[in-house]
Amino acid sequence: MTSPMRTILIGGTLSAVLAAPALAAAPGTMDVTVTIPRLKVAEYHRPYVAIWVEKEGAPAKTVAVWYDYDMKNGEGTKWLRDVRQWWRVSGRSMTFPANGVTGATRAPGTHKVSFSRAQLGATVPGQYTLVIEAAREVGGRELLRIPFTWPAKAGAGGRAAGTSELGAVSISFR
Amino acid sequence: MKKRILGLAATIALSALAVTPASAHRQWMMPSATVLSGDDVWVTVDAAVSNDLFYFEHQPLRLDGIKAWAPDGSEAQIEHGSTGRYRSTFDVHLTQKGTWKIGTASDALMGSYDLNGKTERLPRGTTTANLAERLPAGATNVRTAESNNRNEIFVTVGEPTTTVFQTTGKGIELVPVTHPNDLYAGEAATFQFLLDGKPAAGLTVTVIPGGIRYRDQLGQIDLTTGADGRVTVTWPEAGLYWVNVTTPRAEQGEEGAAPAQPQRRASYVTTLEVMAP
Repeated sequence: MTSPMRTILIGGTLSAVLAAPALAAAPGTMDVTVTIPRLKVAEYHRPYVAIWVEKEGAPAKTVAVWYDYDMKNGEGTKWLRDVRQWWRVSGRSMTFPANGVTGATRAPGTHKVSFSRAQLGATVPGQYTLVIEAAREVGGRELLRIPFTWPAKAGAGGRAAGTSELGAVSISFR
Repeated sequence: MKKRILGLAATIALSALAVTPASAHRQWMMPSATVLSGDDVWVTVDAAVSNDLFYFEHQPLRLDGIKAWAPDGSEAQIEHGSTGRYRSTFDVHLTQKGTWKIGTASDALMGSYDLNGKTERLPRGTTTANLAERLPAGATNVRTAESNNRNEIFVTVGEPTTTVFQTTGKGIELVPVTHPNDLYAGEAATFQFLLDGKPAAGLTVTVIPGGIRYRDQLGQIDLTTGADGRVTVTWPEAGLYWVNVTTPRAEQGEEGAAPAQPQRRASYVTTLEVMAP
């Protein structure tokens, strides 16, 4: 237990030291904190969630889709279209499972996911929007948008709060 | 009395086959979904002729002649077809990704001929192919006009494609400027309509939102195709819409007047699903 922890720490320290000047100038990673609300409903299914990046004039770039990817015969893909804005702007032109994008549905609670600048497709400096959409079987659907700029400043980078299918969502850069 | 009712039923059944724009009844097909995802995808379609949209309360739409076309343009079967008192229903197994077309197109010949000094109408069911055998011996002064009726819907698995919109050059056909499976409330959609393969100006376009039973106003949108055969609709809300495009109707002649030169007629029906943004 201690050993791998230590390795990670050492690795982190090393890269921090080596990349220190660059890191201070331009963060390379976005951390996204997503809260999936605990709902008091008779029949609860974890929501399907899509996270993508929009930039005017560029196709939307999906960075994460949480769905029932492990059902037999890929049956879980049947409901991807219910994440309907995402389906329109990106999902319908993708194949599933999508490498590096597909993930399991998440339980109620707070989840942190991280994306590199390359993953976000934010290589060109400019204005971007991170969009997160959740759709729940026998439930509702909600979509939140958080604008951001790249290059980004280290630290907190914006937040949004859902009222039904999503709780607080925030981004930060490091 | 009984005979009259039977006759009426036969007329209705016929009008269900070939859209008769004169009928107040609307014919429609309603798919279980138009925007689909997944690997083993099916769609179920209800098909009926009714006043209210989209409630089956009058006559089923006959399944004869209803076919499906896969995104690659090949013909596909409809499955599990069944016709009940008020509606027909069938399934299509969407085995390819892309846009499918499901529907029927029928052609008829309308008109009249003179026989023994009297003008007679061509019987129902006359087509260009069977005109010669339908005409009685000695018929003269035969006047005909073709009538084409098309009823089709579109459903898409994954990304919308356009192969199934290849036109045949017969009757009214839809050319997607906006793809019919990419419609969203509050957005404008443009479609081009062709008559016999050419952009047709002045076609009558009627758009009616579904759910008629539970509201007071019909909410009908009346449009006419422009010089390039195009119309643009801005969808007031999400839901299903019935769209009917017809050749313009001539002024009705005096009752009992001898049929003048019959008019070329064509009709097009589709059901569009407008998604919530």
